[in-house]
Amino acid sequence: MGYCPNTPDDIREMLAVIGAASVEELFAPIPEELRAKSFDLPPGMSELELMRLMREKAATCGAEITPFIGGGIYDHFIPAAVDHLASRAEFYTAYTPYQPECAQGTLQALYEYQSAICRLTGMEASNASLYDGGTAVAEAALMSLRITDRHKVVLDASVNPLHREIVTGYLHGLSAEAVLVAPDGCASDLARLMASIDNETAAVIVQSPNFFGSVQDFRELAQKAHDHEALLIVSCYPIALGLVASPGEMGADIAVGEGQSLGNHLSFGGPYFGFIATRKRFIRNLPGRIAGETIDHQGRRGFVLTLQAREQHIKRHKATSNICSNQSLCALRGLIFCASLGRKGFEELALLNYDKAQYAKSVLGAVRGVDLLNPGATFNEFTLALPKDAAEVVQRLLDKGVAAGVPLGQYYPGMERALAVTVTEKRSKEEIDRLAALLEEVLWS
Amino acid sequence: MAKFYTKEHEWVEVAGAQATVGISEHAAHELGDITYVELPKIGKSVKQFETLAAIESVKAASDIYSPVSGKVAEVNQALDAAPELVNQGAESQGWICRVEGVNEAELGALMDAAAYAEYLKGL
Amino acid sequence: MELIFEKSVSGRTGVRIPLSDVPKAAPLPEEVRRREPVRLPEVGELDLVRHYTNLSRRNFSVDTNFYPLGSCTMKYNTKVTENAGGLFASCHPMLALLPGGDKLVQGPLAVIYELERQLAEITGMEEVTTQPLAGAHGEMTGIMVIAAYHKSRGDRKRKYVIVPDSSHGTNPASAAMAGYEIVTVPTAPYGDMDLDLFRRAMNDEVAAVMLTCPNTLGLFNPHIAEICAIAHEGGALTYYDGANLNAILGKVRPGDVGFDVIHVNLHKTFGTPHGGGGPGSGPVGVRGDLVRFLPTPRVVRREDGSYGVEDHPEGIGRVSDFFGNFAIMARAYAYITLLGREGLIEVSEQAVLNANYMMARLKEEYELPFDQTCMHECVFSASRQVQNGVHAIDVAKYLIDRGFHPPTVYFPLNVKEAIMIEPTETESRQTMDAFIEVMLEAARMAREDPERLHRAPVTTPVGRLDETRAARMQQVCCE
Repeated sequence: MGYCPNTPDDIREMLAVIGAASVEELFAPIPEELRAKSFDLPPGMSELELMRLMREKAATCGAEITPFIGGGIYDHFIPAAVDHLASRAEFYTAYTPYQPECAQGTLQALYEYQSAICRLTGMEASNASLYDGGTAVAEAALMSLRITDRHKVVLDASVNPLHREIVTGYLHGLSAEAVLVAPDGCASDLARLMASIDNETAAVIVQSPNFFGSVQDFRELAQKAHDHEALLIVSCYPIALGLVASPGEMGADIAVGEGQSLGNHLSFGGPYFGFIATRKRFIRNLPGRIAGETIDHQGRRGFVLTLQAREQHIKRHKATSNICSNQSLCALRGLIFCASLGRKGFEELALLNYDKAQYAKSVLGAVRGVDLLNPGATFNEFTLALPKDAAEVVQRLLDKGVAAGVPLGQYYPGMERALAVTVTEKRSKEEIDRLAALLEEVLWS
Repeated sequence: MAKFYTKEHEWVEVAGAQATVGISEHAAHELGDITYVELPKIGKSVKQFETLAAIESVKAASDIYSPVSGKVAEVNQALDAAPELVNQGAESQGWICRVEGVNEAELGALMDAAAYAEYLKGL
Repeated sequence: MELIFEKSVSGRTGVRIPLSDVPKAAPLPEEVRRREPVRLPEVGELDLVRHYTNLSRRNFSVDTNFYPLGSCTMKYNTKVTENAGGLFASCHPMLALLPGGDKLVQGPLAVIYELERQLAEITGMEEVTTQPLAGAHGEMTGIMVIAAYHKSRGDRKRKYVIVPDSSHGTNPASAAMAGYEIVTVPTAPYGDMDLDLFRRAMNDEVAAVMLTCPNTLGLFNPHIAEICAIAHEGGALTYYDGANLNAILGKVRPGDVGFDVIHVNLHKTFGTPHGGGGPGSGPVGVRGDLVRFLPTPRVVRREDGSYGVEDHPEGIGRVSDFFGNFAIMARAYAYITLLGREGLIEVSEQAVLNANYMMARLKEEYELPFDQTCMHECVFSASRQVQNGVHAIDVAKYLIDRGFHPPTVYFPLNVKEAIMIEPTETESRQTMDAFIEVMLEAARMAREDPERLHRAPVTTPVGRLDETRAARMQQVCCE
């Protein structure tokens, strides 16, 4: 049953009002030859049966594995208030706030979200969120093409390879080009990135920390880009921003990133949210929805979706993007997460990640035959050089209940022995020590 | 100096080889409160009836087509901070830009004020 | 209401961060270290909870108000599917991409595979990808698949995509993102894309035509199969925008009609919550010979019955980071499984019944530009009310005062003063009657006291907001 409340009496009386003899008659405009040839689905079930089935599916989802994996998605603690508040039906069963007077809850929350994102990234204008990290990087690339009226971006290969693939796909459709610059070991090759920027370059795209975990200073790169009237796009990891210099501080023009780590569950790939923020002068080039402040006729403050003339429902094929929805509920979770931790808590959380990863670096780096590959600073992710094929090692460690990291060979040919390890605040010293012991065992016994 | 109009509701006023371009009072009224004018870049070459600029209100966005061919020599920078000037005087202080190198012969493809007024009646 | 930032008190904290069990590390080098802590609000947990609870009360939502927002399908979201979707919260997607990791995540992989099969059967397509993260993202993915198809045949001259003027703005925008130029075909007086004009627009430079069916007016286009045939004859592919699929479950399958590529909006037809504007989910289905162009990776079922993740070398690449908005997909899978074949058919039947009832009861007072049996939604015009100076927006705002979320107004663009009502199948006759009474009352008021409608809403925390001021000031975050 489809949760349809009308009784047979209701249906009969409604049909009488309509002047139809049967519900089937209402489908008369559909010619017989266009009717469904098949609709082969099983009968429905009860709630009890459904939950039994779903629990069965959820029973094999890797919950027993201790994750030292990241790759853009991180296993962070989520304060209880996030789930409780985001589960309020007034938030999750509302739709896009097109009627602002009865959607001030969502609109104010989006405005607060935008404010939090600006403060995190050191930027001046944020939209109300995008789909995810990868599409956010792609949208930033397209935004730079619009701003500069150029057709080429310089893409650091130490940007998340999954994101790069999305960027390439988006650019391909528009006949724009991405010039890929290989990293120097586990660091972005700043000299080559700078050498690749010319007067045809719309933007240079880097990531902080990069896919290998390295944190670098991009100020000189920003300067070089600006000398050529190109933009600097920095994809960043929001939890790291509690400790690491923000894109704004580094001189970036557009900050983007995957917002999952801000209060969103792992959920096997989504929903998460992407964020994008920029300098105020580029606000009209932002894709997607934006909440803005205004007043009503009595001078009371209120919030509306603003600058809508950029968007697809008005500008159609000339819109800044085809995006219609935002990830409102996920962005709300991100906001509540930030507000739960606050100024001090956010910094403490970042420090805790950093300290734990530094500890893990020291004990894993001490395992026989294992080297650290990052030449400089890291946040909560780092790359190890193993004496054996990393994919094999990871597979053997999975059997022992630990996801030791992301083997890099599948993304970077030639790096078959490299392993990117992530240590969030949720990993205990004991778990880190156990990983070191297991690694030693798998490598040498 | 006489104004000439396009069917897309732009106006142009030519003095020698230079022309001032804007949108008509009628167009400004139809769009409602103007929130943004995307001014052309100075030096941009444009052909008659090609896209020159763009204009936005809260609920609408339209392209502005150039009534004449030429090169953009000057833009009304005041519109950046005060797009409402277009509402206050679309055919005076709300001008969009000046185009130089204009060929007066192109005006033959446009309407004069009287013809435009007739045209509006027919809409 | 104050912003959470305005409630901040220096030194106040909410959540306690655990003490460290590892030694303090040497500080991050200065040149990459943040200079000042992030200026996030400093509030206690109770402040926080009250703030967002009270904010939530400033929203209308399906669980609190009838929400007949045309083309958005604001049906009730069953609670059991919410629970089902939450079961996978701790599952890391990267596990599936690790060597040997797929065996650890058989449950979620099975959900993806089975959901793809369910959607393929429902829409009459060969295979489905769940990767696209929303309807518009699905459109773009679908058009990229179409581009890959033409390219694979060495057919490089096709540079246009045809859309009707009544289409959602996402259709032309998505096709433009995929690199196409747009040809817009007007609506004929009979309410559908003009068949003759379409025929004339069709040529060997057209890559695809994008349509919804039922169309944006809520009408079933009787020429739909003919349109598909004309497109195919010209070598173009046909794209079905699944925005209005809720009307035809079990009645019509786009694949049977002749559509080559489709997307469906899980948050519309398949009962996943709209979340205040997202997250959505926009799976894409294709006919057999297009399967090879679907995005990578694909979830496959092996001969031994286990599930795996495979690269899809000829595909258009990756369109999102992993497998799509999984927790939304799990809810849709649960919804389809819960309702089953008969339940889904009932959805469409009751959605169509409710819309026709609404149409029958309101057409005396409101202009009905296309007076014929509608599908799941009906489109009125406030043109009669305009004679008294009352516009669609005034009726909409009055409905808010009476506790109803307004219908969609000013869309579709081909109806002036449009009021687009989609009651959905989950609303009872009694709820609709209450709404109808208020709509009729608004029509009376338009004649007798139009000022009252112009003033509306008066019961909300704020009155009508100055959108021009917002667009000019561009205040999008607090200082």
